[in-house]
Amino acid sequence: MSASAVHSLWTMAADPIDKIDAPKIEYGQLSPMLIVIGAAVIGVLIEAFVPRKTRYHVQLFVSVVALVAAFAAVVGLAARGFGTTKAHIAAMGAIAVDGPALFLQGTILLAGLVAIFTFAERRLDPEAHGNRVDSFAAQAGSVPGSEGERAATKAGFTTTEVFPLALFAIGGMLVFPAANDLLTLFIALEVFSLPLYLLCALARRKRLMSQEAAVKYFLLGAFASAFTLFGIALLYGYAGSVSYATIANVVEGNVKTIDPALADTMGNDALLLIGVAMVVMGLLFKVGAVPFHMWTPDVYQGAPTPVTGFMAAATKVAAFGALLRLLYVVLPGLRWDWRPVMWGVAIVTMLVGAIVAITQTDIKRLLAYSSIAHAGFILAGVIATTPDGVSSVLFYLAAYSFVTIGAFAVVTLVRDAGGEATHLSKWAGLGRRSPLVAAVFAVFLLAFAGIPLTSGFTGKFAVFKAAADGGAGALVVIGVLSSAIAAFFYIRVIVLMFFSEPKADGPTVAVPSPLTMTAIGVGVAVTLVLGVAPQYFLDLAGQAGVFVR
Amino acid sequence: MSFPLLTATAVLPAVGAIVTAAVPAARRTAAKWLALLVSLATLALAVTVLVRFDPDGDRYQLTESRSWIAEFGVRYELGVDGIGVALIALTALLIPFIILAGWHDADPSPSSPLRSSKGGADETKAPYKWRPTQGFFALILAVEAMVIISFEATDVFLFYVFFEAMLIPMYFLIGGFGDRAHAGSDENASAQRSYAAVKFLLYNLVGGLIMLAAVIGLYVVAGSFSLQEIAEARANGSLDMATNTERLLFLGFFFAFAVKAPLWPLHTWLPNAMGESTAPVAVLITAVVDKVGTFAMLRFCLGLFPEASEWATPVILVLALVSIIYGALLAVGQRDIKRLIAYASISHFGFIVLGIFAMTSQGQSGATLYMVNHGISTAALMLVAGFLISRRGSRLIADYGGVQKVAPVLAGTFLVGGLATLSLPGLAPFVSEFLVLVGAFARYPVVGIIATVGIVLAALYTLVLYQRTMTGPVKPEVSAMPDLRVRELVVIAPLIALLIGLGVYPKPLTDLVNPAVEHTMSDVQKKDPKPEVEAAK
Repeated sequence: MSASAVHSLWTMAADPIDKIDAPKIEYGQLSPMLIVIGAAVIGVLIEAFVPRKTRYHVQLFVSVVALVAAFAAVVGLAARGFGTTKAHIAAMGAIAVDGPALFLQGTILLAGLVAIFTFAERRLDPEAHGNRVDSFAAQAGSVPGSEGERAATKAGFTTTEVFPLALFAIGGMLVFPAANDLLTLFIALEVFSLPLYLLCALARRKRLMSQEAAVKYFLLGAFASAFTLFGIALLYGYAGSVSYATIANVVEGNVKTIDPALADTMGNDALLLIGVAMVVMGLLFKVGAVPFHMWTPDVYQGAPTPVTGFMAAATKVAAFGALLRLLYVVLPGLRWDWRPVMWGVAIVTMLVGAIVAITQTDIKRLLAYSSIAHAGFILAGVIATTPDGVSSVLFYLAAYSFVTIGAFAVVTLVRDAGGEATHLSKWAGLGRRSPLVAAVFAVFLLAFAGIPLTSGFTGKFAVFKAAADGGAGALVVIGVLSSAIAAFFYIRVIVLMFFSEPKADGPTVAVPSPLTMTAIGVGVAVTLVLGVAPQYFLDLAGQAGVFVR
Repeated sequence: MSFPLLTATAVLPAVGAIVTAAVPAARRTAAKWLALLVSLATLALAVTVLVRFDPDGDRYQLTESRSWIAEFGVRYELGVDGIGVALIALTALLIPFIILAGWHDADPSPSSPLRSSKGGADETKAPYKWRPTQGFFALILAVEAMVIISFEATDVFLFYVFFEAMLIPMYFLIGGFGDRAHAGSDENASAQRSYAAVKFLLYNLVGGLIMLAAVIGLYVVAGSFSLQEIAEARANGSLDMATNTERLLFLGFFFAFAVKAPLWPLHTWLPNAMGESTAPVAVLITAVVDKVGTFAMLRFCLGLFPEASEWATPVILVLALVSIIYGALLAVGQRDIKRLIAYASISHFGFIVLGIFAMTSQGQSGATLYMVNHGISTAALMLVAGFLISRRGSRLIADYGGVQKVAPVLAGTFLVGGLATLSLPGLAPFVSEFLVLVGAFARYPVVGIIATVGIVLAALYTLVLYQRTMTGPVKPEVSAMPDLRVRELVVIAPLIALLIGLGVYPKPLTDLVNPAVEHTMSDVQKKDPKPEVEAAK
């Protein structure tokens, strides 16, 4: 048969393919994420191959080295100008390497490093059968209260998987604010969410509560992810692409050629609005903004406290980063539509967070509601839609995350026979028993309340100023009023600690290892430095305030 | 740049506070002496400021200016005018007396539940120790540092930071170190004390946060926080605030200062706070910290928002009048010595606000003198009252009687303090009260007349207080009361000397204050009304 003959009736000759473009990956620019995720994979291998006795030390070492190296990589990229002049989009349009991304990645890495220290703390719980134990269950798979659990405890098992899990979460969080298309965004969301669901379930004490928290978080989180995914599909239908830049162009009406396959839907504003609403909903869920905040108190209370601190700090940073990028890069053309809605969300978030916190009696739930109120304050900065708005949010996130990790680290210290004594009544008179710990916690509370000379005030001033500049004066007034409400419950805790007489059966304050001390020390130092001399960091955030598109 | 004198005046007590707090638990007495020495050194610096200040020179002197937070347009700008100098001097003068008067107030009480439950031996073994004495004196010094810097700041943001931050040490002073002389049980007293502390903090914090919104608004409108820059911009017409904006911003600022001052109806925290705290802390509140409120009205409300100040004057004058009369009436009805003095202070703050907003130079000079004189006279009266209360262990007037027969020196000093409070001619407060009334009368005769009622009531509550506690038959519980000790005499004698000295010869103070008042008057573009009768000078 000749070569030109027809093969058959139902095939045809394909276009000749010259070559396939190999994807161009800028490994250097992606190195922070690659290092962390690589270390997480190594962590999994360590679980498989390293003897149980040495795992803890090896894991801790690998995690710390990876986070430090990744932070160094971020600093290196920023020093080479990727945050400002050389900002660009890497990995075939999937990842943006620009100021906000690098600033937030640096924040997440440092917060993650400090959080890892609290994860590794093994001096707080009394030794079980001669083994030092941390805050995590001996064997996550064993049923609470069962024979298997007792055996695992007796054998001195510890869940060293928390380190690779945390690294995976951090890796996902690094990608999240840098994601430059909707699919990367979604994958990053899942990569950091799933390890967090797991970590929530791993508490050594009060395991049922911890598992309940994990299930709630997982179910609601999966629900939110589904919303996000559906929203992404609708946006694809609207724009014919998942890339941020393309969607932005379509929103702004710069794209005239319509993809024939999507001729029916492309440019349909209903798809755009519903899609945006759903994606933003998923992000607001992670941020913990009202009305998507219901999970926060339960999860914060049930999760092991080091995990709570990590979650409260790093998740918020990552999610606000992604939200900022979405609103500022993809949807600036739509801001007259989303701003009113975000106004409403910010107002109810501030007020609900502050008001409901007043009635709380558990310190972890109290901090959870306080984190909701803070999400509202940050949203006020997001609404500004000015470069100042971006940099103020960046600064606020950095300031807030260290206060949060420090505060939760202090919570791990106050203990009674049942583990951490989180009920507020147990904190009465703490200032007399251990003035130093109480004073440190008071510093964190004052920072949460936004008292001058703490980082909380600087951050709050920055976002409120940005909001006022951006024409949201009314939001500032409401923010100030809810700060006043919020101040009430922070002060209540201080009153309890310092002005109440200690109870005879009160909790003791455990003396931690240098790990937790470092975490708390870093928290206090950052709080005071950002309060008294914030200039350098405000500058940094100011320079980092421009997105690449 | 020469030696940063103003910074040093504020930093010295701040450093002193940190060092005092770090003194080991066993060296309680050393901490006291350290705090006293630091406060005396601060006084020396304040006197240097006073000497170096030239009343007839520039408006703001000894200025310092450094960049601080460029992102917010905030500079570290200090400078004092005559009003600021007078108040810095007052603050630095009163703190050593407050420390001396409170010498034993923060000694750990033998009945502390922590001690009884854990035992003395255990206490020394604990890794971190509860060190109330060190804390008490460190907090006083911290308050001093913050108050001084708020008198010096010419940058609104800088002022705001310390205006707010001083609430925290004050709060711990009120809540952590209560008056041992209370009516009920320990539990009850501690509950009342933390109630007073929380009330103090919440009132002032809400005021401060509302001011925060106004501070941000000011920046959005004016683009600067510097008093001088804003004044220049206003003068050359580049800054033109819309009337409504200016009024709203004015209200935001004024609200915070009216809470602090305190002005009726935002005053209710003061009697609680002064009643529950120890006498020296009560003096700190009313004689030092509250002055920041009235000072800020002069410097910031009038300086930044002249038109709005004029717009608000009628309402503020009415509030001031209500404060004067209402405070005095409630003082008459008090059964508790310290609360009586607190209500008297509210009445006096009414006079100060009246003087400020009368918008005459006599009124404003009078108000500034009033701030200083009220500080000294209330300190004298309250500290003697504190000595009295510590002897008997009760704050109730009815528990005393005939003290002058047992402790004549105590009674005598109490009388002088009381007479100063009612502005007896010859004592310092007379001059200021007279000036305020003259100033008010010149522009608003009716207001002046009504305000005089306050003087009559002042005579009533002070003299009745003296009569009930000091005269009459000696109550058996009082009969063994010792007279003033040396330490207490050292506290009281200089204050009384000052009251008499400034009463007879107030010229140095008026010379210091008058030029500054002229500047403020020119801020609001007001001239004194022509006197119909030659009386004022």
